[in-house]
Amino acid sequence: MYAELPTDPRPRGLAGTDEAGVGVQLGQRTAIYVYEAPVRLWHWVNALLIVVLIATGFFIGRPLPSMPGEASDAFLMGYIRFAHFAAGQALVVAYLARIFWAFVGNKHSRQIFYIPFWNARWWKEVVWEAKWYLFLVPEPKKYEGHNPLAHLAMFTMFNLTLVFLILTGCALYAEGQGQGSWWFAAFGWVIDLLGPNTLWVHTLHRAAMWVMLVFAIIHIYAAIREDIMSRQSMISTMLSGERMFKDDGQ
Amino acid sequence: MARLETFYDVIRRQGISRRNFMKFCSLTAASLGLGPAFVPKIAHAMETKPRIPVLWLHGLECTCCSESFIRSAHPLVKDVVLSMISLDYDDTLMASAGHQAEAILEEIRHEYKGRYIAAIEGNPPLADDGMYCIIGGRPFVEQLREVCDDSMAVISWGSCASWGCVQAAKPNPTQATPVDKVIKNKPIIKVPGCPPIAEVMTGVITYMLTFDRIPELDRQGRPTMFYGQRIHDKCYRRPHFDAGQFVEAWDDDQARKGYCLYKMGCKGPTTYNACSTVRWNDGLSFPIQSGHGCIGCSEDGFWDKGPFYSRLTDIPQFGAEANADSIGGAVAGVVTAAVAAHAGVSAVHRARTKAGMTTPPQPPTP
Repeated sequence: MYAELPTDPRPRGLAGTDEAGVGVQLGQRTAIYVYEAPVRLWHWVNALLIVVLIATGFFIGRPLPSMPGEASDAFLMGYIRFAHFAAGQALVVAYLARIFWAFVGNKHSRQIFYIPFWNARWWKEVVWEAKWYLFLVPEPKKYEGHNPLAHLAMFTMFNLTLVFLILTGCALYAEGQGQGSWWFAAFGWVIDLLGPNTLWVHTLHRAAMWVMLVFAIIHIYAAIREDIMSRQSMISTMLSGERMFKDDGQ
Repeated sequence: MARLETFYDVIRRQGISRRNFMKFCSLTAASLGLGPAFVPKIAHAMETKPRIPVLWLHGLECTCCSESFIRSAHPLVKDVVLSMISLDYDDTLMASAGHQAEAILEEIRHEYKGRYIAAIEGNPPLADDGMYCIIGGRPFVEQLREVCDDSMAVISWGSCASWGCVQAAKPNPTQATPVDKVIKNKPIIKVPGCPPIAEVMTGVITYMLTFDRIPELDRQGRPTMFYGQRIHDKCYRRPHFDAGQFVEAWDDDQARKGYCLYKMGCKGPTTYNACSTVRWNDGLSFPIQSGHGCIGCSEDGFWDKGPFYSRLTDIPQFGAEANADSIGGAVAGVVTAAVAAHAGVSAVHRARTKAGMTTPPQPPTP
């Protein structure tokens, strides 16, 4: 977190401590426990569900070539839609569980749900991080959780987009369930709000899907790149939960 | 005004037998989604209740609603409905014209204050003080306000009165405005469609007259009995949709086989109307049955949220032919290319830094 940011961007010894105050020295490297097990589990489950949702959603809007034979022999569109709805509902449940964990988990589990909008220093570090990506500064700063630019992207492109996808998705599912359903009672307001008709909600849902896809591309690239270039672990962090600072002890 | 006749009086006077009258009551009960127990109630209501005056106003419109209404499929329906409502003013259908016609309007407004139905076809243009639609020498919006203010309920016929329809499509130079944005103090029943189905129109009126109340409305103000389900929900081509069998071009084999028109831009999945059940022209057919997708004419904004022949709608902010996929695909492509370029530059940068690195990089000053 930026608040505990050491003044020296290349931490020596302890790069910071987590809530339990545990900073672990591993030989020459410092490892800090960042992502707790539920956060990691959610990350990978969520990633898998988003892959399923994007694939099936794409073919709901642009169906595959026609199936041969009698209509009674095939149920392709039905299965694709089922997979989409099932994955969508699983995603909602996982997201709600993730929000719950933001309340009971460590400070890093809360990071993607807000940005320190009024904090000038944080914005300054967003710019710093952007400069690092533009090769204007030689070294990135090091952070326990997301760096400020990643934090910003995680909140806007991922979190807000996901909320929008969930709300429009539930509204469109409510449409299929019919006007008398509890789904419609719960999510019909989304259609009124975005209107004028549900076709437009379909369009916005699909546009948001593309935002999520673009986020995924950037997210995966940035994780791999930072893993290699910023001398701190990224990908293994989301597996083990521990962030390693590779330059420590130099 | 003459003595108040009941519907039944009028029906019998027109030479319709009681047997046929009872048939109409059954038909109406069925079309309203009511059980057989309601048939005698409808019959009783018609035998005892006085006819309710209806003032049918025409704003900016094409008269397709009237055309649909007078073609209500079952001839008896037309007869009964036209007789059972006391259609006292309808400048398209009435015999009188000019000052005579306008005088009737005044008369009904005062004699039946709060006891007549205002049926509005078309909508008022509000730009330039309503000068784009003049009725009897005055802007239509004034007539609309006066008539609706003294009515007991307002029916918005068609997409024009309900949503604005074509004349309210962008850029809407006359500022055509749906009725519910102008009339705020009366219950408004929206019966959208371009035009609405004839049996739906007669069904709504019959319900109101029979039960002395407005039908149950959905969130957007449409009667749920006719607009509660999507065309897609009851479409006879739905099994082809679920199977994944689609028409790919207008003249292909799938089109001849009657496959789903989803890929041809059918708006059935997002259109709430009774076309796939009530159908048109005496239940003969409806657009999808004749091989053309639904254009969603009863939906708000159907004209602007096109095109009619594509599943994905245009997003006008990004140019005429742009939709979510073309925009999203382009952005994803650019981002992927940018990522690849950035990765390349990063690799070069890293190689160069490593080669020239004899001392650890200096910490940057924050």
